[in-house]
Amino acid sequence: MSKANLLDRRQVVSTLLANRKDVVAIGGLGASTNDMCAAGDHARNFYLWGGMGGAAMIGLGLALAQPKLPVLVITGDGEMLMGMGSLATIGLQKPSNLSIAVLDNEAYGETGGQTSHTSAAADLVGVAKACGIKDSRSVTTMAEVEAFAKAVHDVSAGPRFANVKIDSASLERILPTRDGTYILNRIRGDLGFQPI
Amino acid sequence: MHAHAEAADTAPNWPDDIFATLQRFDVRQVPYVPDAGHSKLIQRVLASSTMRGIPLTTEEEGVALLAGAWAGGQRGVLLMQSSGVGNCINMLSLIPILRFPFLTLVTMRGEWGEFNPWQVPMGSTTQGVFELSGVQVLRASNAEEVPAVLQAAASQAYNALTPTAVLLSQRLIGAKVFTK
Repeated sequence: MSKANLLDRRQVVSTLLANRKDVVAIGGLGASTNDMCAAGDHARNFYLWGGMGGAAMIGLGLALAQPKLPVLVITGDGEMLMGMGSLATIGLQKPSNLSIAVLDNEAYGETGGQTSHTSAAADLVGVAKACGIKDSRSVTTMAEVEAFAKAVHDVSAGPRFANVKIDSASLERILPTRDGTYILNRIRGDLGFQPI
Repeated sequence: MHAHAEAADTAPNWPDDIFATLQRFDVRQVPYVPDAGHSKLIQRVLASSTMRGIPLTTEEEGVALLAGAWAGGQRGVLLMQSSGVGNCINMLSLIPILRFPFLTLVTMRGEWGEFNPWQVPMGSTTQGVFELSGVQVLRASNAEEVPAVLQAAASQAYNALTPTAVLLSQRLIGAKVFTK
């Protein structure tokens, strides 16, 4: 678990969102959604506090509805493992504006740090590739994070997937709003949609 | 094969009624897990220039997809079979939390002349699962009532944000015929 050269999750997420422009970002249940808030609250942040396994599919629905907007899902290894079938669904639809970044600490950090399947056996990059997401990267350096962050803005070359190996340090919780209707309607409002 | 869908000249028209209603309500994303009872509707969706049919690996993916679609300004509908409803339970919690329009059309198994006992437990609890999860249930038992039920379901789901499931009964679809 305490391997050398693992990346800092907060630094990874702030780099992914540093020049976000029009990016809509979805944060998977768990520390990922807190990392997104720590990088700075934003009207286009879709924070999840539940629905484990659903982050990538929310990203797909949004990406298909808004094909010119870059959509970035930031989630953890446990959340991604629960929705692994959605990689096959995304591989089939091939939304060119969708990017998925998995923050892989090989553990369920929110529930006591139990090891996840990626610690010993599961290779999420291999899964994503085998599901038809050709641009699937294993990321171990900040330079590679920066390259991925740049690629997110190319809405014609996705879908793309990155598995980012991060350290398993438990950080101070920076909690985003828990009000789902506020979160969703704030995004809709920012995209120019009126309330029903 | 469902008995009613075996030949083109005996294919039912109610899936066309459903398709027309979905078109009228500007439904754009149609996630589905294939089911014989939905096969004609799925064909219509896949041939449509305004709707996108999205095959899923499991039904709960569709609930999350519809949340994302609405965030991006599009309406959707989830097509599945009764056995898939149980797969959705935790993901259904997104609906009251996020308040997005939710409509699902469910072909029923495990009732009305069912041959396969393995379909019965989930088929018997489908309506209860929805109701416990905050999804209102409407049912169509014959072809004549499909248009009115669909109209009501789509109206309340899209106009009033009332989460709604339409159960398309096995009596409507025809019990699945098993032949050796």
